[in-house]
Amino acid sequence: MRLLALWILPLLGAGLALALPTHRIGPARIGTLVAVAAAHLVLVVTLWIVPAAPTLGGWFASDALGLVVLTLVSVLFFLTSLYTVGYLQRERPRGGRVFVSALLGFLAATTVVTLSQHLALLWVGMEATTLTVAPLIFHRHDRRSLEAVWKYLLISSVGIALALLGTFFLAAAQGDAPGRALILSDLIAHAHALHPAWLRGAFLFLLVGFGTKMGLAPMHTWKPDTYGEAPALVGGLMAGALTSCAFLGVARITEVMMAAGLALFVQPILIGFGLLSLLVAATFVIGQRDLKRLLAYSSVEHMGLLVLGLGFGGIGAYGSVLHLLNNGLSKGWLFLVAGNIVLATGSSAAADNRGLLRTLPVSATLLVLGLFAVTGSPPFGLFLSEFTILRGAIAAGHPWIAVVMLLLLSVIFIGMAALILEMALGTPAPGTERVRESPWLLIGPIVLLLIVGMLGVYIPSALNTVLTQAAVSLGGVAP
Amino acid sequence: MQTSQMIPQLVLLLIVLSNFAVLGTTRLSTCIRALAVQGVLLGILPVVLASHLSLHIAALAIGTVAIKAGILPWFLAWAIREAAVRREIEPIVGFIGSLVLGALALVLAFAIAAHLPPLTSSESLLVPVSLSTVMIGFIVLTSRRKAVTQVVGYLMLENGIYLFGLTQAASVPFLLELGVLLDVFVGVFIMGIVVFHINREFDSLDSARLTELSD
Repeated sequence: MRLLALWILPLLGAGLALALPTHRIGPARIGTLVAVAAAHLVLVVTLWIVPAAPTLGGWFASDALGLVVLTLVSVLFFLTSLYTVGYLQRERPRGGRVFVSALLGFLAATTVVTLSQHLALLWVGMEATTLTVAPLIFHRHDRRSLEAVWKYLLISSVGIALALLGTFFLAAAQGDAPGRALILSDLIAHAHALHPAWLRGAFLFLLVGFGTKMGLAPMHTWKPDTYGEAPALVGGLMAGALTSCAFLGVARITEVMMAAGLALFVQPILIGFGLLSLLVAATFVIGQRDLKRLLAYSSVEHMGLLVLGLGFGGIGAYGSVLHLLNNGLSKGWLFLVAGNIVLATGSSAAADNRGLLRTLPVSATLLVLGLFAVTGSPPFGLFLSEFTILRGAIAAGHPWIAVVMLLLLSVIFIGMAALILEMALGTPAPGTERVRESPWLLIGPIVLLLIVGMLGVYIPSALNTVLTQAAVSLGGVAP
Repeated sequence: MQTSQMIPQLVLLLIVLSNFAVLGTTRLSTCIRALAVQGVLLGILPVVLASHLSLHIAALAIGTVAIKAGILPWFLAWAIREAAVRREIEPIVGFIGSLVLGALALVLAFAIAAHLPPLTSSESLLVPVSLSTVMIGFIVLTSRRKAVTQVVGYLMLENGIYLFGLTQAASVPFLLELGVLLDVFVGVFIMGIVVFHINREFDSLDSARLTELSD
């Protein structure tokens, strides 16, 4: 029941927000958004206390891996909805009626992805995320956002189409094997009866397809443009929640491949995509002049780390699942802070933002702390998860890959620090005054900072149990 | 050869021909017409492949024809009429070149299909025709400059995947087929709206002018 309510509720909320008579984003629409987001979070919390039984013939269930992603999505969405209250006080996106509905539709679609055990259903949810996000990117209706939304739609539609082909290949691999068609648990239980040739094809298409939605290099080209042009809160939801859902798609097929004993086929491919993503991120982070585009390349980097952990297996897989959580939360944090800067100065370019510590002291402090968090510095959670992935590389017998990773991570740190410190320090342009920072715009990043900080020093035992279960399902172990 | 085998093969052959019609034409209206014909053929295919006509297959056929041969081509035709574009000018790969590429894709698709393990109980031509349609859709998508033609390429790619899906009709329930169809429909609808705005902002449907964003 709860598993259905989790996605039907946002869907109803989206319909309600669309049906409201006024065209403006009034208090009724914002109220719907926050209320649905809060109810969603409460439902997710109950899943941690009392697990829910699978429903609709096993199509919907919350397993460990899905629950991790669902919780991430729910926390991020709730905090983003609070941020939206402050954001809409300052800025009125055009097409106001659609804005809230598209946000709630996005929540429904991502929830379907995290709960679906039927891989074709997972595809339907993933495609729906693309469609709900498009109007959000396009909210300004100008040339730049038009270009961004066109690139995003075309590239991710082609990616997701290839993922559909991969899903059909998987059905072909299943052929006459026992078990219900395309149901994850049955695929895993009878993995050795799957036809290996079709299964390999399925993996490649699903990896390229969902990898496009993740923004793995070389399919990442939409990412800087989209994140650069989308409102920051949408960028945060995409970099934090949407890419995590896409990673879940890759993780699902990896689960099947591991169960089928094809780890040796899967691992080098995952490691290859991961290293290429780190390399691309390192190349484009250096000399980057725009904060949101910088965060986009940082997202490419972290997507690379996620598939690297998956590729190493063992404790690397545990590191990957933990990193999924850390990366999602910290991306939400940084994008919301970037949003505050854009609201204050109208731009996220370094040239328009100097001396932010003087003009926007709280946001700029959060930005500098965020820099250390996303680059994996202690005591933040990302240090722990990146370190676990590096340990995974060494445990899997790839010390040289670990060295290359460390080198690229250092380059990325330097590139990111150069831009962010330049924006935070320095002298503000003459005539700029200190801007009042609304608490609605600060609560989200502050709560995310506290969670990411906590995950670096203390992982609650309930969370650790679920993370371990998720890692084991991916062929990994707990550290 | 029995007629029950010949008709599906004829339909598949016509689908291949419609692919080449899109590849070889400069007129956008011809492109869209070929796409609509392909939509009708895709709707017929599950009916002629089935041993007996069930409600499921009838609904799938009607839904496919309505969306892929009716609404979407009509919508694209509306978009080019509003924008007053008629021809694909200066494609990135010339028309002769794309026909050659299309022929190579067809050969490649048959070669790949020959190496894949055979699928139980389905028309043997379905897999190579499906793969070649995916590849030709990709060629159109990447070698044309007009946003509308790129949408046509995307739809051909989707059509190819739909063809492959027909081999797995038994394992994908009706509800999900509906979901897939709806997703494609909404996707193209949103693309159409964006195409319309591109036209208004840039005074052309030329996606090559979308070059403000870069590193």
